[in-house]
Amino acid sequence: MSDTAIRASSETLLATKAPKRPANMGQILRWLILFLGGIAMIMPIVYMLSTSLKWPHEVYDVNLVPKEPTLDNYRFVLEDGRFYGWFINSLVIATITTICNLFFDSLVGYTLCKFRFPGRYIVFIAILSTLMIPTEMLVIPWYLMSQQFGWLDTYWGIMFPGLMTAFGTFLMKQFFETVPNDFIEAARIDGLNELEIWWTVAMPLVRPALAALAIFVFLGNWTAFIWPLIVTNSVEMYTLPVGLSSFGDEADVAWELIMTGAAISTIPTLVVFLIFQRFIIRGVVMAGLKG
Amino acid sequence: MANLALRKLVQTYDKVTVLHGIDLEIGDGEFVVLVGPSGCGKSTTLRLIAGLEEATSGDIEIGGRVVNHLEPKERDIAMVFQNYAIYPHMTVRRNIGFGLRSSTLSRPEKDARIEEVAKILDMQDLLARKPSQLSGGQRQRVAIGRAMVRDPAVFLFDEPLSNLDAQLRTQMRLEIKKLHQRVGTTIVFVTHDQVEAMTMADRIVIMKDGVIQQVGTPAEVYHAPANTFVATFIGAPSMNMLPAVGTDEGIRLASGQEVALERGPGAGRGVTLGVRPDDLHEGKGVPILGGTVAVREPLGPETLIYVDVDGSEVIAKADGRVPPEVGARVELCARPEDLHVFDATTGEAI
Repeated sequence: MSDTAIRASSETLLATKAPKRPANMGQILRWLILFLGGIAMIMPIVYMLSTSLKWPHEVYDVNLVPKEPTLDNYRFVLEDGRFYGWFINSLVIATITTICNLFFDSLVGYTLCKFRFPGRYIVFIAILSTLMIPTEMLVIPWYLMSQQFGWLDTYWGIMFPGLMTAFGTFLMKQFFETVPNDFIEAARIDGLNELEIWWTVAMPLVRPALAALAIFVFLGNWTAFIWPLIVTNSVEMYTLPVGLSSFGDEADVAWELIMTGAAISTIPTLVVFLIFQRFIIRGVVMAGLKG
Repeated sequence: MANLALRKLVQTYDKVTVLHGIDLEIGDGEFVVLVGPSGCGKSTTLRLIAGLEEATSGDIEIGGRVVNHLEPKERDIAMVFQNYAIYPHMTVRRNIGFGLRSSTLSRPEKDARIEEVAKILDMQDLLARKPSQLSGGQRQRVAIGRAMVRDPAVFLFDEPLSNLDAQLRTQMRLEIKKLHQRVGTTIVFVTHDQVEAMTMADRIVIMKDGVIQQVGTPAEVYHAPANTFVATFIGAPSMNMLPAVGTDEGIRLASGQEVALERGPGAGRGVTLGVRPDDLHEGKGVPILGGTVAVREPLGPETLIYVDVDGSEVIAKADGRVPPEVGARVELCARPEDLHVFDATTGEAI
């Protein structure tokens, strides 16, 4: 078939294609709401990036495009030795807390889901009920505990309240519910002990949940502000959000530096998301049972 | 290989007894099928043998050793589950080799064993695949392979074919039977499908409400059912059950038809006459009943006819080529040896 003939036949096909149905008002409204929602979410990020490229005198102007863009703020922040310390502190704390959450939350979730023992339901409800207590109410007991145990101004002091969470336990328990007992029983017959079953059989089957939990916990700890602010005293122990808030002096807050630090600090969170989101997608296509 | 014995096995959940003293002896290398309707206790029995649940009372012996308090891994059994339960994150090779984790075999020996099992099940080309890349039948073969690789004393199958389509089920049925002939291991197979039970078993155990109704070879349970439950459960279509009363020379059906029997149940005794559709024909043998053909179901070599007898329905077999017309009057007969008489009250065979 010649090129002309192919073009002619494809044009005929296009011509005979059913016309697209015009979008109705409902669809337009939905798109509009989604668009506005998207704008509302992306605007702070755009504003953060914009401010990070502005000179101090331009910070309070509402223009999104800086009149005289500069990378001086980035140079200042990256040359400030404290920034690296805070970055490392945040990275260590968020990483250890994430690993601990993945371990403890999944272990407790698995136990509550797959074992029958007296009081199981009460334990689960007790764990869940802690979700109803706001962090602000817990800060004082945490602080007193840290003081008594000598954990003030230490990594351990910053991390201990979040090493295991009720939300993570609940999430993992719900995901373990989707793991058929046949897998567990097959492994039991194959000679694995209960810890091996959890680690070798059950954990790989809930990878999407682990990935989601890892993202939540890492982001939560990376951006945590109130508790690290309270429990740390020395500038060296600050986490990134606490450290960034200290930019400036009593008279003025250096927003351009805070925004620059915040822009840099989003990089690890993006990396964590990119690493773990593929597990969420891959998990969906796994199959081992007749479904 | 080993023999298996269940002695007075009772299982109770929250005051509900689901097994009422099961007694069963299974010989070394025997293929025994537990069959019954949902809730009859067949899967519970299998789970107790496997050690996945602890019996309320009674003993389980494998190879002459009471295993009640042993962990599943210590019982020298392997189990194939209804849903295959092959691990989706592992390749076929790892799935099959998984049962050898706690084995004392060396790595090359384990590999050789996996290869051997894969060869028996014709899966050598699939060893590198993940379960998501396999068909239903292939997944089931992997599950069987994982059980086989450990060379257990007893194989336990929990409705392994119920998720397969009809054609594949027939094929796998044959494969499992061939496998048994080849390896000769004791097999306990649970199913609710009486065709599976009849075609595969050396002996069938028919259960209902946690009680064994009859244990026998397929021929025994088909030709000499112990009670009305077994009689109606085994065989498709089900055995016809006709209410009757004992007379001096045999029985009298509700329709008034007298049927002479070699050994009558006793005059005046309420009984049920059972006769399989296969044994109920036009013309030959002892006349049993007459009625009008309501529906015909041509099956090819024969035709099932549903005969309306005084308002109740009786199924019989007719010629496949020239079956009686719908609406035609037929007189149905059976050979005396094909008639089964049950007590009307207890349902037990007389």
